[in-house]
Amino acid sequence: MSADRREWPLYEVFVRGKRGLNHVHVGSLHAPDDAMALRHARDVYTRRNEGVSIWVVRADAITASSPDEKDPLFAPNGDKIYRHPTFYEIPDDVPHM
Amino acid sequence: MTTIPMEPQQEERLRAAFDATVARHDRIEPRDWMPDAYRGTLVRQIAQHAHSEIIGMQPEGEWIGRAPSLRRKAILLAKVQDEAGHGLYLYSACETLGVSRAELTDLLLGGRQKYSSIFNYPTLSYADVGTIGWLVDGAAICNQVPLCRTSYGPYGRAMIRICKEESFHQRQGYELLMTMMRGTGEQRAMVQESVDRFWWPVLMMFGPPDAHSPNSERSMAWGIKRNSNDDLRQKFVDMTVPQAEALGVTLPDPELRWNEERGHHDFGEPDWEEFAAVIRGDGPCNAQRLAHRRAAHEEGAWVREAATAFAAATAQEGAR
Repeated sequence: MSADRREWPLYEVFVRGKRGLNHVHVGSLHAPDDAMALRHARDVYTRRNEGVSIWVVRADAITASSPDEKDPLFAPNGDKIYRHPTFYEIPDDVPHM
Repeated sequence: MTTIPMEPQQEERLRAAFDATVARHDRIEPRDWMPDAYRGTLVRQIAQHAHSEIIGMQPEGEWIGRAPSLRRKAILLAKVQDEAGHGLYLYSACETLGVSRAELTDLLLGGRQKYSSIFNYPTLSYADVGTIGWLVDGAAICNQVPLCRTSYGPYGRAMIRICKEESFHQRQGYELLMTMMRGTGEQRAMVQESVDRFWWPVLMMFGPPDAHSPNSERSMAWGIKRNSNDDLRQKFVDMTVPQAEALGVTLPDPELRWNEERGHHDFGEPDWEEFAAVIRGDGPCNAQRLAHRRAAHEEGAWVREAATAFAAATAQEGAR
């Protein structure tokens, strides 16, 4: 196998749309190293002023929750409805609540 | 992605969860369980779509050096660069299904996966650049807007990005044609000739009639497709007729007329034998398009190798 047949690592790309907003995942790309990943991310994902800042991170560096564990993982907050403001009954005539 | 054999009841439970997600028009995400046939259909469709964007750079790319002004060159360059970007969004979406970029590239270069039949037609005049923007990208928009709501999350998100950019493609094409129509008689004739050549192949872009589209029904049931081929073709014709009138060109179909009763235009049948031949590989440019793509891949090998070697050398230096 020649060098070019080895796949470049996969990077996930996050873009901050404008100041004051979070970086948001926009897609992925392959690149030989971090610097090229950033350069490719600019060309592929921000051709029209879509962002003011880019993060790239190797996909294999991300730890994700598993969809199979969804129920047990999120179960602890499922029955804690008292965490929501609507849980509390306040008379309508109390202002600014 | 590896498939671990599982208990029949477990598979039954996963299938029911998948069906329920699709039924409530929610999205399937990469690490969710999905039927093998759903995964296979998506890989085929998204890969074919990605290949179309990449091969689609060629017919217009041929005119970058011959565009008549710096303004037109800059526009065309930006457009062809967008097509490359669209291909990359889609390859990334396809890879979330467990295929590698190298595999997809090999399948295209080996002629084992298809791309849209429209790109096997030549661009004989500069007016074709305008016609491709107006009609080819217009048809693509018709096909792609409903795909923004497709059931597979990464595909839908890629389509949203693509649709935003396609609007520029269509408008630059239409504006180019309007400019030519305000020009000399020769220029107007060039536009009409181009529209005559592209009209029928563009109608074929929506795929065979519903009655002869074997995979359509299943794709609709899975929420991959949202509209039938014939419905989209009708919608495109209805949208295009007034645009052709405004432009001052004639669409080359003697059967094309408004049908008051249906509230739609009636139109003639494309030559489906020609469509089958182009899909089979016997279109005017099939061999040329693939040969060009293969050459670009081989001639670019040294760039990929150099970048890989540079990354390895820098990593080694950093480790010392």
